Amino acid sequence: MAKIAVRHLTKSYNGGRVVALQDISFEVQPYESLCILGPSGCGKTTLLRLVDCLISRDQGEVLLDGEPVTTPRPDVAVVFQHFGLFPWKNLEENISYGLALRGEARQEIAQRVERYIELVGLRGFEKSYPYQLSGGMQQRAGLARALAVNPSLLLMDEPFGSLDAQTRETLQEELSKILQQERKTMLFVTHSIDEAIYLGDRILLMTPRPGRIREILGVKIPRPRDISRVRSDPQSIQLRNYIWAQLKQHADNS
Amino acid sequence: MRTSTYSWGIRFLSLLVVLTAWEIYGRSVNPILFTYPTAIAAAFVELVSKGELQRFLMQSLEVFVYSFALAVVIGIPLGILLARSQTLSLALEPYLHAVYSTPTVAFIPLIVLWFGFRVPAKVVIVFLFMVFPILLNTQQGVKNLSQDLLEVARSFCSSERRLWLDLIIPSSLPFILAGVNLAIGRGLVGMVVAEFFTSVAGLGYMIVQYANSFETAKLFVPIVVLMALGVTLIGLIKVIERKVTPWQNREQGEI
Repeated sequence: MAKIAVRHLTKSYNGGRVVALQDISFEVQPYESLCILGPSGCGKTTLLRLVDCLISRDQGEVLLDGEPVTTPRPDVAVVFQHFGLFPWKNLEENISYGLALRGEARQEIAQRVERYIELVGLRGFEKSYPYQLSGGMQQRAGLARALAVNPSLLLMDEPFGSLDAQTRETLQEELSKILQQERKTMLFVTHSIDEAIYLGDRILLMTPRPGRIREILGVKIPRPRDISRVRSDPQSIQLRNYIWAQLKQHADNS
Repeated sequence: MRTSTYSWGIRFLSLLVVLTAWEIYGRSVNPILFTYPTAIAAAFVELVSKGELQRFLMQSLEVFVYSFALAVVIGIPLGILLARSQTLSLALEPYLHAVYSTPTVAFIPLIVLWFGFRVPAKVVIVFLFMVFPILLNTQQGVKNLSQDLLEVARSFCSSERRLWLDLIIPSSLPFILAGVNLAIGRGLVGMVVAEFFTSVAGLGYMIVQYANSFETAKLFVPIVVLMALGVTLIGLIKVIERKVTPWQNREQGEI
């Protein structure tokens, strides 16, 4: 059974005048990593929010493990572009947020938080507040907070979009490694073609106004992937050129 | 770059000049109409040694503390509720704004009529002076809630109760403290006015009493005490603010 099945999802704003998404259907298999790629305004972030019911849909349905999703679910964790850390909580408290909401035992929380702080390389910063950390470190914390609740599905909303190029690459590599260890299904929204190719098993290419699926492309580069090798891999070069051409064609037509 | 020694030096010098000028001028004026710093100091020592100042100060503080506690306990939760529930705010806001817009002093005779001349009446008066800045600031703070963080809380399936603890209260804390700051200023005004009206106890009563008997130096003692009280309380709030909202000082922070 598919991990996520999205069927005929439609969403509009302003009382139907702006159609953000039109008839979106796709499936994601367990442990698959699907990158949603498209230019700004194509509704990719809206799509991600609809999957976890953070906003309401007009039509269609979302099935998670075969069950319809109607409210945000505890086994789905979101990593946000704006990091979304609480400024008044230190790193440890931020990372334990989801676990504390579930009312886990204090010792269990401490153990898991320690493990994920270690995993994302933030040891030594447990007591720091977000404003004392760089953007890259804040997003590591955002990732640790999401992973700490042991979600079966990770939703990533352009998580590295506001980071500088170098930090971005480092985090892409680390995320890729972490996914090898933790085995999660992931939906990853991005507007970077390279990021989508490096992280995705498949790429869902979207075009804007109204937001629609243009094509779903497979990325058959074996894992574990090395970021510089992926970049010079013939398949990736071909894929990049193809996606560019598709997006450009759409931009020229509109 | 101005050093802190420099700025403190200027402040001290300014104070010295003003006090000296006051002292010289004050001695040349009829003591019924005006007074001077050393006379106030002497009166202060006298009132303290008789225990009179302490007694009146404690009476005032008792009222102030009760009113403050009430204003915080009622103002903050009500402010949050009004911001979180549209029904409640639609239903209650007209009255709240009406009472807030009326000069609070206008209610004092009525309150005296209902509650008498003693502590309960004064607590009600000072409470009315204090509760609105706290309530309205809290409401504003909660309304300013970050939509991004609200979405984070929803994505982690937070309950409404946990939302208050994790998000609503901490994020509106700077607004609440600004409201408390305003409330203290207004509360001191309310306290003195209430004591003028009821005239049985407190620093306000002390002022009226010594004004009526033309003992101007003694009249200045409660005024100076009130001034010191205001400065101390507001300074205290500043210290608390820095302690409980460290993320607000990021500009002056280490990075």
